[in-house]
Amino acid sequence: MESDNAIRRGEEGILSRLRELYRMYGYACFKMSKFEEYDLYGQNKEFLVSDSVITFTDTNGKLMALKPDVTLSIVKNTVDVPGLVQRLYYNENVYRISDRTHQYKEILQAGLECIGDLGAYNLCEVLRLAARSLAVIAEESVLTVSHLGVISALTADLKPGADRMALLRCIQGKNPHGVRELCTQYGVPEGEAGLLVALTSAYGEAETVLPALRAAVPADLPQAASLTAALGELEATVALCGGIPGVRVCVDLSLTGDMNYYNGLIFRGYVKGIPASVLSGGQYDRLMAKMGKRSRAVGFAVYLDLLERLEKEGDFDVDVLLISEPDTPASLVADRVEALVEQGLRVAVQSSVPERLRYRRVETLTGKEGG
Amino acid sequence: MAELLQIALPKGRLGEKVYRMFAAAGFECPEALEDTRKLIFENPAAGVCYFWVKPSDVAIYVERGAADIGVVGKDVLMEYRPEVFELLDLKTGVCRLAVAGKKDFRDYTGHTLRVATKFPNITMEYYRQKCRDIDIIKLNGSIELAPILGLSDVILDIVETGKTLYENNLEPFETVAPVSARLVANCAAYQFKYQAISRVLSGLREQVEAVK
Repeated sequence: MESDNAIRRGEEGILSRLRELYRMYGYACFKMSKFEEYDLYGQNKEFLVSDSVITFTDTNGKLMALKPDVTLSIVKNTVDVPGLVQRLYYNENVYRISDRTHQYKEILQAGLECIGDLGAYNLCEVLRLAARSLAVIAEESVLTVSHLGVISALTADLKPGADRMALLRCIQGKNPHGVRELCTQYGVPEGEAGLLVALTSAYGEAETVLPALRAAVPADLPQAASLTAALGELEATVALCGGIPGVRVCVDLSLTGDMNYYNGLIFRGYVKGIPASVLSGGQYDRLMAKMGKRSRAVGFAVYLDLLERLEKEGDFDVDVLLISEPDTPASLVADRVEALVEQGLRVAVQSSVPERLRYRRVETLTGKEGG
Repeated sequence: MAELLQIALPKGRLGEKVYRMFAAAGFECPEALEDTRKLIFENPAAGVCYFWVKPSDVAIYVERGAADIGVVGKDVLMEYRPEVFELLDLKTGVCRLAVAGKKDFRDYTGHTLRVATKFPNITMEYYRQKCRDIDIIKLNGSIELAPILGLSDVILDIVETGKTLYENNLEPFETVAPVSARLVANCAAYQFKYQAISRVLSGLREQVEAVK
């Protein structure tokens, strides 16, 4: 029989445990339609993982899209209520081009959004839930955390015409030689370029990395105050996210996002056995402002389509292969199947042994035996 | 025992040169250079496992996690933009991506420029920045033949010494980007094998510094 672990690791098991986790922290389910007016995505293309969207014309002539993203729909429907925080979670399919296959894919995504008058606790709560989500998925995981205030402060004064996205790509790609080259081209002073490389190359657990990073910021640097504030906020948030068994929380300031939408805390989760990040999230107050909302927001998504690689195939497809000969009465076969299933065994009825089926034992039923 | 670090190296001269840098950094596996039909070479004592793959496939092996780290040309990274960490410029396999054409070529800007290349994405991006209307002709080899036979006006290709071009009455006239071999890492492997990857990175960095 399959182990409990294997079952828990299956996509459905993970989904139900994530749902349970989010409910425990007061998050309500947000169920939405598969379609959305295309305009929402057309106006916020850079926010999307991929800007290609599957569209169709609705019966009333409106251009509609199969949802490539959930956050935009949630934000669109949010109402600012001063002093309050809305907590929503979702499990939805999204439709977009996969980075890997360059083909459209239906991707099952779970996640949550925390929107409203957010304070320091809310950031900790969401980051902690991200860490707990990773613990639900696998026994060993890493949550990398960053604060966009650092990169934002050090790349604020680029030369006109500088390709900021190219610089962010180099930072995110942990490409120090590329960062230096572009900083020179874009007029970033040598000292600041060096600091940018030093800060974004650091990696490790918060308690060792953050003090070293703070010490690396020269007090006389014009951006010193904003850098210290960003590192301080990061330290305070991360300090409350440790202690979740199996989850290592690491600071990695090379994590970036589109700064027209994201600000502050940003994070990504990895689980052992999957070669890409399975969780991605951050603070997106700028998206809220862009959509005319005063509320602040933070959230994350878990990409469940990637998790099938964690599912271990059992040693056997069935416990009992029941061979029933053509003249075996159906009632006899049914009785035997029910008896085996009652014992908790998996049964497959065949008239001969299938070539690739893996079974623990074979039983043969004939009409003459009478059971 | 700790898991071995899976390393994808590009087949050919560049790969052998790069392997020697790994070996000098303390991650040797002498068997890897032997003339054998084996595909995978392990040295548990050094904590490494090497395999040779087609140069343009290294990034795929690393991006998809079949390899933890690998060595790949900057041209491949620019063309396919795989989601990997580009940790170090190994300063070897140095060449450039350049636009070349017949020695007497003149760009008639009133016409669409026909460009033959193995690198359609780089070509598109390069000419997009110049606002030049182009017709990309994707070829898989012998790119130099295209302008000679009138298939294209120019080519965008790797140029090392330029000898093949000059011998065929062609010349490079615009550098698109410098190219060299890069050490890349899978983003998830970086999190789970950070110590091992850091050791390789610093060993290779010393090799690069030593050559300077």
